[in-house]
Amino acid sequence: MSYILIIGAKSDIAKELARVYAKNGYDLYLAGRNIDELQNFSEDIKIRSGRNVILKELDITDFTTHLDFYAKLEPKPLGVIVVSGYMTEQSIAQTQWSESLNTINVNYTGAVSLLNIVANEMQESRNGFIVGVSSVAGDRGRKANYIYGSTKAAFSAYLSGLRNRLYEYDVHVLTVKPGFVATKMTANLELPEKLTAQASDVANDIFKAQQSKKNTLYTKWIWRYIMLIITHIPEFLFKKMSI
Amino acid sequence: MSLLSWGMYPKIQNKAFLVDSSAKLAEYLKEPREYIPFGNGRSYGDSALAENILNIKPYDYFLHFDAEAGILHAQAGVLLSDILEAFVPQGWFLKVTPGTKLITLGGAIASDVHGKNHHVQGCFSECVEEFTLMTANGETKTVTRDSELFLATCGGMGLTGVILDAKISLKKINSTTIKQTTIKTKNLQETFAAFEEYEHMPYSVAWIDCLAQGEAIGKCLLMVGDFADNGKLDYKQKPKKNIPFNFPSFALNKLSVKAFNWLYYNKAPAGVSKQNVDIDTFFYPLDAIQNWNRIYGKSGFTQYQFILPKERSYEGLKAILEKIAASGKGSFLAVLKLYGKANANYLSFPIEGYSLALDFKIESGLFELLDALDAIVVEFGGRIYLTKDVRVSKETFESGYEHIEKFRTLRKREKMDTKFQSLQSKRVEI
Repeated sequence: MSYILIIGAKSDIAKELARVYAKNGYDLYLAGRNIDELQNFSEDIKIRSGRNVILKELDITDFTTHLDFYAKLEPKPLGVIVVSGYMTEQSIAQTQWSESLNTINVNYTGAVSLLNIVANEMQESRNGFIVGVSSVAGDRGRKANYIYGSTKAAFSAYLSGLRNRLYEYDVHVLTVKPGFVATKMTANLELPEKLTAQASDVANDIFKAQQSKKNTLYTKWIWRYIMLIITHIPEFLFKKMSI
Repeated sequence: MSLLSWGMYPKIQNKAFLVDSSAKLAEYLKEPREYIPFGNGRSYGDSALAENILNIKPYDYFLHFDAEAGILHAQAGVLLSDILEAFVPQGWFLKVTPGTKLITLGGAIASDVHGKNHHVQGCFSECVEEFTLMTANGETKTVTRDSELFLATCGGMGLTGVILDAKISLKKINSTTIKQTTIKTKNLQETFAAFEEYEHMPYSVAWIDCLAQGEAIGKCLLMVGDFADNGKLDYKQKPKKNIPFNFPSFALNKLSVKAFNWLYYNKAPAGVSKQNVDIDTFFYPLDAIQNWNRIYGKSGFTQYQFILPKERSYEGLKAILEKIAASGKGSFLAVLKLYGKANANYLSFPIEGYSLALDFKIESGLFELLDALDAIVVEFGGRIYLTKDVRVSKETFESGYEHIEKFRTLRKREKMDTKFQSLQSKRVEI
């Protein structure tokens, strides 16, 4: 059966994705830093689904290793899902350059470095799919988290271009824009219940959207309309707002 | 975002502490706070509610499966539905399952749940080989079947510590089809006779029309069955219906319940009939409707479940059904079942006799009615099920549970009472 490569596999969304894909009969490459921490998790998947799970060490910000990393994957994955992401508080990101840079490198530069390699191979073989987990935060820069948001804006634009490029080679690209998701990362935030998705629901949404070749997925779906409104507020008003 | 129990009553402010590793749990337990462990929020009342909640659901790895012996080792946050999804296609089923599969393994042990086969298989603890418990001081203990901690923790409502993982044995099946027989009875006497006639069947449960009056009191549909000997082992999830919001509270009244009960009762053929049904239809009919608890409206509901000793069940049930019918308070689902022998666990609910479970929406006058029912339960030597309860008094509760003092003594001795408390444990002082 085909392998799916999940980049940034230690996040809550990634783990749920791993379970969903395994349940649907796919084998898995799970990649991330200190990936050995997922040893028990990979056992869990094997017991649940009987699928193969292979852990692969990968630092998304160590760009020079990416070519070698992908070259060594055998068999090549049918699908590549980029879930890796980094978010720190805006106040920290805007005062510490190292934090800004890490946000940019994890969310954008690293993803581009790796997906360039993946895309070239998939174009060549005319087979496969790519899923990039971006964010609604990339739809418009807000003072509350524009450093994170701008990296996601760049990533969304990249994915859109990639989808356009690979269309004629039958390689599909899905852009995922989650809104609030209840994860370890957000456990201490007061998130509005109606707007907050569970990681498992996000994973199921992604799987369905990928299988049916959707282009852009907002999850929960209501975020499509929330962001539609937010992006249409005139800038002369928007700049005065705190949202 | 405060957590709710399945009955959505009471609504209290609480803070959830996510448990995804035992190290993190040990850290939480060092803080000078009281907690109660919480699984998937399927207990009906306040047994898993407190100001501080340990949310065990993220702690959900399968650790090992011995495919020869059918023994699964898994963490406490694993859902029974996860177990079924993984193992039914390989020909394994839960030895004991309650009427919902959307509960955690830890919750199943803490409530020592039971199912339609209680009269032959006993409670969930029967399939538990051993488990790991984190005690009040953050220590991890392996608890085996011969220890007092086993007797206290199975059915102990999370009050002895936090169950981390457990080894359970599964049962072999050769088909996912259940051969079901439905018996339609006209009154309580016929219902009892039918239960006893079909006692040899491994699975049995009756739906009873609790608004029926006079001669018809206790009329029911008794459904009994067993797995077919051979067939397919596929287990596909069917699409679920959803109740997207709370129904207005007037949606459920004496008339609508009567209409529902009439339809339900009359769609079944008279006398004895046979059907082939799948696992989800037979064991988990309500799981097909997500958020079905919302039909009772936003003020919530409770389930009143009691059991009476067998020799006094007929008299007691008759008295209780008469009282309910006279009150006109509606209940969609009144479930009657004949149970087998009690186990030795301190707080497990089942004893040999008949148990009835009824849903009521929370409204004025309800608790007075339930207090009156309590009096009958006490009079006939019965007891109330903590997993469903949200209002029973200390006195009523105590009168039914003979091992209660052993449980209290253990809690004090091991300082469990300083760390683990729920609204319920405070109310009934356990």
